[in-house]
Amino acid sequence: MNLNICLLIALTIAALWSIMHENLIKAAIALAVTSIILTTLMFRFASPLAAVFELSVCAGLITVIFMSTISLTKPLTQTEAVAHAKERLKRFWYLPVLLAAAAVGLGLAAIPLNFTIPQAPAPANVRSVLWNERQLDLLGQVVIILAGVFGVVVLFKEKVKEKS
Amino acid sequence: MPSLLILVPLIGIIALNLPLGKFMKRLSFLLTLFFALLQACLVLIAPAEFWRQETVDVGGLLTFNLSADPLSLVLLLAIAIVIFATLLVGSETLQDDNKQFNFTNLLIIALIGMNGIVMVQDLFSLYVFLEITAIASFILISLHKDRDALEGAFKYLILSAVATLMMLSSISLLLMTTGTSSFSGVAVALHAGQNYMVLLAVALFVGGLFIKGGLVPFHGWLPDAYSAAPSSVSVLLAGIVTKTTGIYTLIRLVMSVFGFTPQIKAVLLLVGAISILVGALAALGQKDFKRMLAYSSISQVGYIILSLGTGTPLGIAGAVFHLFNHAIFKTQLFVNAAAIEEQTGTRDMDKMGGLAARMPVTGGTSIVAFLSTAGIPPLAGFWSKLIIIIALWMSGHYAYAVIAVLASVITLAYFLSMQRRVFFGTLVETFSTIKEAKAGIVLPAVILAVITIAVGVLFPYILNTFILPVKSLLG
Repeated sequence: MNLNICLLIALTIAALWSIMHENLIKAAIALAVTSIILTTLMFRFASPLAAVFELSVCAGLITVIFMSTISLTKPLTQTEAVAHAKERLKRFWYLPVLLAAAAVGLGLAAIPLNFTIPQAPAPANVRSVLWNERQLDLLGQVVIILAGVFGVVVLFKEKVKEKS
Repeated sequence: MPSLLILVPLIGIIALNLPLGKFMKRLSFLLTLFFALLQACLVLIAPAEFWRQETVDVGGLLTFNLSADPLSLVLLLAIAIVIFATLLVGSETLQDDNKQFNFTNLLIIALIGMNGIVMVQDLFSLYVFLEITAIASFILISLHKDRDALEGAFKYLILSAVATLMMLSSISLLLMTTGTSSFSGVAVALHAGQNYMVLLAVALFVGGLFIKGGLVPFHGWLPDAYSAAPSSVSVLLAGIVTKTTGIYTLIRLVMSVFGFTPQIKAVLLLVGAISILVGALAALGQKDFKRMLAYSSISQVGYIILSLGTGTPLGIAGAVFHLFNHAIFKTQLFVNAAAIEEQTGTRDMDKMGGLAARMPVTGGTSIVAFLSTAGIPPLAGFWSKLIIIIALWMSGHYAYAVIAVLASVITLAYFLSMQRRVFFGTLVETFSTIKEAKAGIVLPAVILAVITIAVGVLFPYILNTFILPVKSLLG
């Protein structure tokens, strides 16, 4: 088993931990760990720029935003947390079973993956890719940010006004 | 210059948010109206060269690869019409100035997103514009912030995220195996040879689009989102958003990228037939007006997918024609639903009755829309369903053709039940003093009814001018 497989397994465990844990702070930390493992994988697959983005934005910035938001919420009591965990286990007990069955099934199917990967082009200048080749996507990002701003205004700003 | 349909609204939304006080808030309605009318006029009068120009260089700064073929033009026209209707309904139903301003801004963002989806030539750009439309839709659904709306938006958000995950994975696999993300490049590479990885990529993308289009068995989010959203947002969602993000994208990718392989055709036929039946049968049992229309939407979208599944030029023409017709008559039905909800304060059909006496325009226009949905001649829906059934029969799918005909009878049944419970019979005492809806709701209902009648009556002209050119895209 090589290091990449170990990292992928660790990534899956961290991701599962982040969505299964009833404590939001621990879930956010697990998500950050997931991002850090993903960053390592990206470095190993020769994508340093994507890795830097993943580390700074997903593991860094987003975790800080999550932590700030969680600190503004009221945590569940111990009794509520236990009840919540039991209820979730009762409802979703079959998901790990399905996952294991799918893994065994895919392993037994022995799907031939002998496709030809085209020759990777010479490493492109990121600046050129972003500003010359993917301008439309960049414009799309601007619109997504605008939509996000309106989302915050619609969902949160008026609420503050109502409270005041 | 297809990029104008993205750049002009974007400049508009930036201008609207300049700190110029209440003037901009007042201007937002007029500006959105201008964008919708401009788009409709360009589709109807601009020469073919205008749309063919693929790479546009705006002063050496912005180089876009956008284009619009006959299929895109049909959608661009439908988008303009539905945005127009949504805007007018929103202006009447949203009383708060700030809410209305946010609504118009988000409507422009949705317009940019949908125009982008219709005109891009690249899988990753398609994903970006799908996200723009989806984000604007989530926020619009939760505009009133009540529990039902937030729940509807959350369900849409979660299922949309699953769809996004599937599509992004598909794009990654296609990029890995073909080395490109452009429609033409991927299509050429796929036709050269396929393997398991490509099949998985195609299956993931098509599955993601089934979720976006609300097809059975991925339809769980749709009735909640449609019924819980504010009236004007329901008009937008049911009228055009799911059709553009799910159904148009599916038609475009199958036609231009994936191709009509036997597996794709079999899946489309099966999912289409199941959606028609499940949607129609579920609509029969509803008492919430908007939920009934939502299930009816699932059923009608099933017809589009079923027709596409034939893989024949006639089937594709039928699918595109029904896509346009459905956008028009479903928008109209949701405009009617908005009128009823606004005037009666309820969506429960069991509490209504005899409303046509007090709301004659709403009652009359809803009859036009329901007859068109059920495929009654000479309305628009009749012709598109006729083409679909002929296409199914001619391609040898006799069982599916029979299902399509029988489901039309069920459609007629649930719409007759709706008309009887809501508009016909004795006027319920509670609503004896209600009045017809305001002009902003009645006007789009009348315009949409006129379009439905005109498309039906002028069918030969519409067929030759807009629908048959789509067949040429098959090459």
